[in-house]
Amino acid sequence: MNEQTGRRVVTVRAVDKHFGTGPTRIHALKNVSLEAFAGEILMLVGPSGCGKTTLLSAIAGTLRVESGEIDVFGKPVHAMRNADLTRFRAAHIGFIFQQFNLIPTIGIAENVAVPLLIRGSRTAEAVDRARAALESVGLGARWRERPLKLSGGEQQRVAIARALVHEPPLVICDEPTAALDARNGEIVLELFRNVARSPDRAVIIVTHDNRIFSYADRIARMDDGEIIEETLQPRTEPPHFIHEHAHAVSSA
Amino acid sequence: MLRLALKMLFGDTAKYLMLVVGLFFATFLIVQQASVFCGLMSWTTSTLSNVGAPIFVVEERVEQINETNPLRDTDVARVRSVAGVKWAMPLYSGIQRVRLDDGSYKTVQLLGIDSASLAGSPGRMIEGNIEDLRLPNTVIIDELAVTRLARSPDRPIRVGDRFEINDIEARVVGICDAKRSFTGGPYVWTTYERALQYTPASRKMLSAVIAASADGLTPSQAAVEISQTTGLRAFVNEGFGDNPNDFNTSTIWWYVRNTGIPVSFGTTVIIGLIVGIAISCQTFYAFVLDNIRHLGALKAMGMSNPRLSLILLIQSATVGMIGFGIGLLVCSGFAYIAIQNQQPPFMMPWQIPVAAFGIIQTICFIAALLGIIRLSAYEPAMVFRA
Repeated sequence: MNEQTGRRVVTVRAVDKHFGTGPTRIHALKNVSLEAFAGEILMLVGPSGCGKTTLLSAIAGTLRVESGEIDVFGKPVHAMRNADLTRFRAAHIGFIFQQFNLIPTIGIAENVAVPLLIRGSRTAEAVDRARAALESVGLGARWRERPLKLSGGEQQRVAIARALVHEPPLVICDEPTAALDARNGEIVLELFRNVARSPDRAVIIVTHDNRIFSYADRIARMDDGEIIEETLQPRTEPPHFIHEHAHAVSSA
Repeated sequence: MLRLALKMLFGDTAKYLMLVVGLFFATFLIVQQASVFCGLMSWTTSTLSNVGAPIFVVEERVEQINETNPLRDTDVARVRSVAGVKWAMPLYSGIQRVRLDDGSYKTVQLLGIDSASLAGSPGRMIEGNIEDLRLPNTVIIDELAVTRLARSPDRPIRVGDRFEINDIEARVVGICDAKRSFTGGPYVWTTYERALQYTPASRKMLSAVIAASADGLTPSQAAVEISQTTGLRAFVNEGFGDNPNDFNTSTIWWYVRNTGIPVSFGTTVIIGLIVGIAISCQTFYAFVLDNIRHLGALKAMGMSNPRLSLILLIQSATVGMIGFGIGLLVCSGFAYIAIQNQQPPFMMPWQIPVAAFGIIQTICFIAALLGIIRLSAYEPAMVFRA
């Protein structure tokens, strides 16, 4: 996949976005163009404030751009009506947030079931599928627990299960390791690589954590609202202990 | 989605309890104060209930039953002469003082009724015989008088006991069930002639003429005929409603217009409303703000604004129903105690809980609406911000 032989799933063409007005107006995205392909993990990297999260939000259809075009699975996200965009997100995109954003007052299985409930599944069926998704991230036995009973790494695994439970073809991750220590971050990334990668799925990760760059198939480096460099990189094996742990977790 | 909404609500125990307490408090204040007000207003018409005649004929300027502009004794005959009248009897109604054995005085509502027909006599006797009222110096008292005119806390007044009204002996020959008077004094029935003896003399003593309509006429038709023929004012006695010629309606509206009672109770009800709105809206809004990131995440994941709004509406309506239910339950306890003790006045027509439920749900809707407005303005992209 490193030769970009996969299907093109995201196309960003000449996108511009400003924030604010007057002297405080910021040019967040400057004529940005980008592509993402099925079967690859694309990382948007760069310093804080360079526009990576803005670009991710625009691709996810949670933020409107002022000019340019964004096609996701052939659909013009930039031109969709809000209601259509909402339905599109529910059907095609899995989200993993930096702060996990798990609802603390419900159990983790119900948290994982949320994308299915949004798509109209019955509660019992959604929770059954959520429990299976939790099994795949090694938390099947703890499906009744509340999120705050879990460690940061475990919460992020729940968030991964939630992002994948409805089998979206595009997974969006915003700083997935920012709230985790190094060991948990690498475990989560390896688990994420094992679970998320498939020939039909694209994964876009925003990060400035250079410890995890090795998990990317392609890296788009951003600075000051522009993509300044795109590099393909060979896949590398993670450190042995991480691989073993992640394997144990995903096969638990 | 319902389950998700409720779990989110119940999971935040502190705010959930705060919401329920606020709405309980508002419900209790609104229902309890409105019911006490209705009870008090119903007491203003208790003479009408206790006498029970279908038509009351009074002096033309009289607007309410507790107001006495006496008639001439000949007015009874004038009313009887009206074609649409089946019968007409004199009625004395006034406040008198009773002197008890220990020399103390108590106020009573004295009713004097026609000795031949006993029209206007109590509806239900608990002890004694209404016919005994025809015996010399006899009275019938209501249940309240049993304790109110007691010789001591351990010695309630009984059938056969005596007291004095205006230095004239009154012997108790019966105890009856009666609605309590607005002035708080017990009802004492005697004959019309004896009531005039018990009362310091004045030129005119007749409080009202009670009457019934002739066969084939409604009381309203007869009342109109009486007014047209005699120039007196004739009210029907059908119960509070929208008929201005009903004495209950006229009496209650008189009290509403001419006393500070509605303002007093209305103020408390409004305070309940304000407290409910303030606590509920503030707490529910804080609940939405606390959960804004999670709700925003749901929005980002593809939950539409209408479904998110539905979640907030379900949550607010649920706390509304729980708060209302607890408030009504506590109010029922209050009502039970009030009815047992015969005070304070308490009457809860079905309109009060229905209106209170509407008010509470409106408060909850406003609270939810504030959250919905906030959430609608929340960009899903915000959840990507740390």
